[in-house]
Amino acid sequence: MKFAKTFTLLAGGAAMALAANTNANAATDLLVYTAVEADELKGFKNAFEADNPGINIKWVRDSTGIITSKLLAEKENPKADIVWGVAATSLLLLSKHNYFQGYAPKGVEKLDKKYYDTKNKKPLWVGQRAWIASVCYNTVEAGKHKLPLPTSWADLTKPVYKGHVIMPNPNSSGTGFLDVSSWMQMQGEEAAWKYMDALHVNIARYTHSGSKPCKLAAKGEIPIGVSFAYRGAKSKNAGAPLEVVAPIEGVGWDLEAFGIVRNTKNLKAARALADWSVTKKANIIYNEAYAVVAMPGIAKPVKNFPVGIEDKMITNDFQWAADNRIRILDEWRKRYDGKSEPKK
Amino acid sequence: MSNGAITTTAAGLAGQTIKPKVSSEDWIMRAVLVGIALYLLITMVFPLYAILSKSFENPDGVFIGLSNYIKFFSTPALFWSIQNSLTVTLITTFIVVPLAFVFAYALTRSCMPFKGLFKGIALIPILMPSLLPAIALVYLFGAQGLIKGALMGQELYGPIGIVMGECIFVFPHVLTILLIAMANADARLYEAAQVLGAGKIKTFFTVTLPGVRYGLVSAFFVGFTLVITDFGVPKVLGGKYNVLATDIYKQVVGRLDFEMGAVVGMVLLVPAVAAFFADRIAQSRQVALLSARAVPYEPKPSRRFDMMMMGFCMLIGALILTVLGTAAFASVAKLWPYNLSFSLNHYDFDLMDGGGWDSYFNTLELAAWVAVIGTMAVFTGAYLVEKSKGFETGRSMMQFLCMIPMAVPGLVLGLAYIFFFNDPDNPLGFIYHTMPILVICTVTHFYTVSHLTAVTALKQMDPEFEAVSSSLKVPFYRTFIRVTVPVCLPAILDISMYLFVNAMTTVSAVVFLYSPDTALASVAMLNMDDAGDTAPAAAMGMLIVGTAAGVRLVHMLLSHGLLRRTQAWRYR
Repeated sequence: MKFAKTFTLLAGGAAMALAANTNANAATDLLVYTAVEADELKGFKNAFEADNPGINIKWVRDSTGIITSKLLAEKENPKADIVWGVAATSLLLLSKHNYFQGYAPKGVEKLDKKYYDTKNKKPLWVGQRAWIASVCYNTVEAGKHKLPLPTSWADLTKPVYKGHVIMPNPNSSGTGFLDVSSWMQMQGEEAAWKYMDALHVNIARYTHSGSKPCKLAAKGEIPIGVSFAYRGAKSKNAGAPLEVVAPIEGVGWDLEAFGIVRNTKNLKAARALADWSVTKKANIIYNEAYAVVAMPGIAKPVKNFPVGIEDKMITNDFQWAADNRIRILDEWRKRYDGKSEPKK
Repeated sequence: MSNGAITTTAAGLAGQTIKPKVSSEDWIMRAVLVGIALYLLITMVFPLYAILSKSFENPDGVFIGLSNYIKFFSTPALFWSIQNSLTVTLITTFIVVPLAFVFAYALTRSCMPFKGLFKGIALIPILMPSLLPAIALVYLFGAQGLIKGALMGQELYGPIGIVMGECIFVFPHVLTILLIAMANADARLYEAAQVLGAGKIKTFFTVTLPGVRYGLVSAFFVGFTLVITDFGVPKVLGGKYNVLATDIYKQVVGRLDFEMGAVVGMVLLVPAVAAFFADRIAQSRQVALLSARAVPYEPKPSRRFDMMMMGFCMLIGALILTVLGTAAFASVAKLWPYNLSFSLNHYDFDLMDGGGWDSYFNTLELAAWVAVIGTMAVFTGAYLVEKSKGFETGRSMMQFLCMIPMAVPGLVLGLAYIFFFNDPDNPLGFIYHTMPILVICTVTHFYTVSHLTAVTALKQMDPEFEAVSSSLKVPFYRTFIRVTVPVCLPAILDISMYLFVNAMTTVSAVVFLYSPDTALASVAMLNMDDAGDTAPAAAMGMLIVGTAAGVRLVHMLLSHGLLRRTQAWRYR
């Protein structure tokens, strides 16, 4: 027991030394958990810090699934100051654990109402921009296998595509889940499961991450990858022989959004980032890569994005998606993850 | 005066057999021993207890008995993985052990040329994270693979890919064990067999095989454990074929289901522990083949046999070099397969997931710390277990503690660390998300093999060194520093090398523990491959292999010089 006590003292001492150390610096280190693609982070950091001297962003970046699990793992003892650029569905899931404190950033009312939390007077989460499902189609490989360009989700279940389609596993990928959730919201659950049963026959395999199907299509590992528009456009810009398709029935989407963590010790800095994130300037930067941003009237078309993709975005019920997530994922796993049944 | 000292010690020794007296020196030794035992308790036993209890809890931390296990065994997608894991593991081991056996046979029992070169090539995969051979296989046999025709239309992603990747990954590990088992043979047995008129084949089955049978068993179980707990290869090549190691990751990282992750971890622990005990039993039966009267066996040249053996080694060597070469090529090809012109773009890690170039330097830092701290802790611990007097219970407890890490898969250890160190009530929680937790975890993860190496070296030292120095009233720590450490220097260097390389290549334990400030190269590889950036992942892999090989080379040169000075006594 005495041993434990000594340790506690030592630990406390070390923690205090650390705290003293950070206070000695004039600049505030703001710990930001994010799922924004790695190649964009530097630009955001520079732009924000130029407008807010004295605040230093420290990124914790990982893909949606991983960052969400990290946040959940730390829920008793959150480390982040602000969660920023993470799926709104994840933020809703986290708010069930009372993760966030409400705050209305200055100018939030200028954003499109459907892109932030209007249920609470002080929003728990505020959306920044949408990432939208799309299908990546490799023209070279498709030519080899004589595969026509699919234009709808229904097309992907046609026998000609058997073994030529890859999609992300919704159990690990936010993009995979937004696909499944959008099919359910468009067709109703029962029809959606029937659709996925048929699609499953054609799927070569499910990937862990949402950007991988498109990158695999870009490399020709597979002719067709179900992924999201930004990734497709980016690979196409880099010279991959891709078509980026927004299926005609409508496409699922999720928001990159932020929320201030309830016990942050850097509230002022966190609010500064929140305020900055709803400005016109920030929205213009969002638009450099994404076609749909939270502030209306800002977005300009992005090179190689599917034309008219905004009109195909479904009416998305985030609350429904967050509430039913585990149930849907369990059912999905039961139906499709067990395909690897050992041969007897 | 010296005369007097000896007499008193002699009297003391005589007295000790009747009633051991505990000197202050013994107390120091015991304190250090207890300290290291405590370290192992905190960094291994307590976390394992945390993961065990987590598997019986619901997300709110309430005890719910076997519910999680019942759920596991009633979800086909989960429990089928047991059979999948066992299938690929057994197939791999049954392929690798015979291949490695022939290779080891060629190196020890033939007179073929270039033995050193072949051995060097065969050991290359030790320097790779297991992700790298898997990624190379994608470039060889994937949809755009260089020689995908060789699979005859079979799908790479699935059991075939896993078995191929694992074979490359575990080959050097199995080979090392078999080489040791075959290194020494008693020529008299072979002469006797010849005199009795046994043919070559009969001699092989009656002399050679029985002589190495425990080595074979040990190689089998070590291979088995490595494959069933490996995460890198199935992660890249598993496709729709689920195995336990990838399931843990999927539960925790994908589904945020920590409790089910803990259950899968406990399930994975069962075969690993079973293989571990089977291996221990096999090793304890191994008796010294080389008695003092043995005559070392010298292979005799036989042109046909030597050429055959060399042909076989060339084949295996070519396979391994192909894998390495493909990864190297893919890492500098601009846009596989559409534009194969040379480009270093994939080495621009700062534009990718995984932590950029920082992750590489973090890995170097981790490996250096692990090598230094690990070697000191392991060797001191082994010394005290072997050479301290009395305190039998404490020493055998310590010996047991040192063996456990080998039976614990890295993924289980890593997950256990989350549960244990991120508990808000744990006063040690402040090391969570820091470099020290990675160092501690890695040292613990690779403790056993290092410990065994140290023990073997120490056992070769005559206990009289201690007896003599204590009779000369030299404190034990001086003997330790002035005699034991220099004499055991080859083993100490080997341990530090082993820890360094493994810290560079390991993925499984640290994948749950890294933080943005401590991203590691091997984990970056995993994340880049996950995001579909296969070529940058290959590039990072090449960087790891290159560094490990470079460090190994420096270690060889350095130890050559050092050994000449400290080991001169071994030669006349």
